[in-house]
Amino acid sequence: MSLENNTSLIDEEIIRKDESKGLHNLIYVKDLSLWHGKQQTLKNVELNIRDKGITVLLGPSGCGKTTLLKTFNRLTDLDPDIKTTGSIFFEDKDILTKNIDVYALRQKMGLLSQRPHPLPGTISDNIRYALKLKGIKSKVEQDDRIEYYIKKVALWDEVKDRLKYSANSLSIGQQQRLCLARGLAIEPRVILADEPTSALDPISSRKIEEQFQELSKEFAIVLVTHILRQAKRLADYTAFMYYGEVVEKGKPSDLFENPKTEIFKDYLQVGH
Amino acid sequence: MNSRKYLVEKIVKIILLIFTIFIVFVLLSIFYGIFKKGLSALNWEIISQVPKGGYYFGKEGGILNAIVGSLYLAIGASLIALVISIPAAFFIHTYLFSYPKWQKRVRLWLDVLWGIPPIVYGAFAFNFMLFMGWPSSLLAAMITVALLISPVMIRSMDESLQHNSKGLFESALSLGFFKGEIGFKFLFKQSLPGITTAFLLALGKGLGDTASVLFTAGFTDYIPESITEPAATLPLAIFFQLSSPIPEVKERAYAAAIVLTIIILVISILSRVLSKRFSKNRIK
Ligand SMILES: Nc1ncnc2c1ncn2[C@@H]1O[C@H](COP(=O)(O)OP(=O)(O)OP(=O)(O)O)[C@@H](O)[C@H]1O
Ligand SMILES: [Mg+2]
Repeated sequence: MSLENNTSLIDEEIIRKDESKGLHNLIYVKDLSLWHGKQQTLKNVELNIRDKGITVLLGPSGCGKTTLLKTFNRLTDLDPDIKTTGSIFFEDKDILTKNIDVYALRQKMGLLSQRPHPLPGTISDNIRYALKLKGIKSKVEQDDRIEYYIKKVALWDEVKDRLKYSANSLSIGQQQRLCLARGLAIEPRVILADEPTSALDPISSRKIEEQFQELSKEFAIVLVTHILRQAKRLADYTAFMYYGEVVEKGKPSDLFENPKTEIFKDYLQVGH
Repeated sequence: MNSRKYLVEKIVKIILLIFTIFIVFVLLSIFYGIFKKGLSALNWEIISQVPKGGYYFGKEGGILNAIVGSLYLAIGASLIALVISIPAAFFIHTYLFSYPKWQKRVRLWLDVLWGIPPIVYGAFAFNFMLFMGWPSSLLAAMITVALLISPVMIRSMDESLQHNSKGLFESALSLGFFKGEIGFKFLFKQSLPGITTAFLLALGKGLGDTASVLFTAGFTDYIPESITEPAATLPLAIFFQLSSPIPEVKERAYAAAIVLTIIILVISILSRVLSKRFSKNRIK
């Protein structure tokens, strides 16, 4: 699929404003609305994602966080009932337009889901699939990188003696780190993480969190979480969603200390 | 009171046990019947020779033609069915993923197809062959049996993919794989145990089904040398010999039934072993 440069370019004005504030944004969500059939799930969402650091999405269950993430990597295409309006600008292009290469897009937007889904095969196979997809053919180089990525997610010591075992033999926490490694092997620009620790025990969760803090120096991370403490520990930026709308957004220090809306105040209260 | 729970538990357990024993008893008495009547006629000659001139009157010869014919038919039909079923099952789980209504519809159709009696397939195929002017042949029977077993083959692969395939599919898509690739790379590995079971199930059906091959395969005393020739099959050989008034021939029908039963038993055991082996890399 060819990428045409004349698909609507980012609003020059927004960029100028951002840069004058010393911000570097990677993703601009502009007036995004989304319908599941007749039901509106996202309502005029405006959100910028910085090019480094962790943006935490907060909000009660069913407010549209997962849907927003899936819009970023166009997994929403799978549901023919979904209609969207508005735009998401990423690398000079509106990724919601038809003539975008979704496969390339999905490789730039790595998605880590709530439960780990290793692919059928061995532990090393799981990373190898990703490397092959990136066109790395040499077996030696593949093996090097498998080691590199498994080390990068702090899993190496636990699995180095059993790389040829089925990925199934790992614990859920280990599988989640393997999936993170697999996602990194695709060399994404953004990591979308949908409650990545909700199926994990506290120690595994902590390991994933540490990974995220490391990775946030290189990647833009969008993290959905229900755990307020986790949000406070990790967030560089925060957005609070409610019934499909982004109600509050900004630096966590401002947001958590001085919530402006009653809804967010309540949410923080209940969360404690 | 807790003692009530224990009592109910005990009763349920006994009922289940009675039913299990009943099934096992029925199975064993069928085995016993076949072996009692057929064992005396079972010898090396009967499984190593084709029928000679007077075979159907109790003279020398054997049923090798039917054994080989049935094996050819079953293997050929199962392979054809596999070629039809694998892409069909993957299609349901990849391209139809976004259309759950259609998934449901396709599953219903397949279940309905599976419910159609084999004789209807046989009659339909026979009519078609008459219309085209084709004689009965091994190939015609293979295709008929393949069509007969495809629905259950697709469904059995489909079932083996049901569990977990949504998450697997979405996360593979998120890595940038395209749908067809996911089907043939990952769903294949995932459904390998299902495919083996389905294949062996099909083999068993191909060996055992009588009605669909009655008109399509024909019958011959020779071992077919090409798929365009007619072929004998074990169920038909059993059927013909059983309807003979001569006691020796009847006995041989039971001997043929023993052969058929043993082949099917071996296949069932094999299917257990293989599907376990192939489950190794499956994601649960
Ligand atoms: N396939 C679908 N068809 C119709 N409505 C849907 C579909 N998927 C999601 N929705 C609706 O969209 C809304 C947002 O769902 P979403 O999964 O994005 O919420 P969420 O914020 O991720 O919630 P949670 O915190 O529970 O994961 C919900 O009201 C949900 O019912
Ligand atoms: Mg969600």
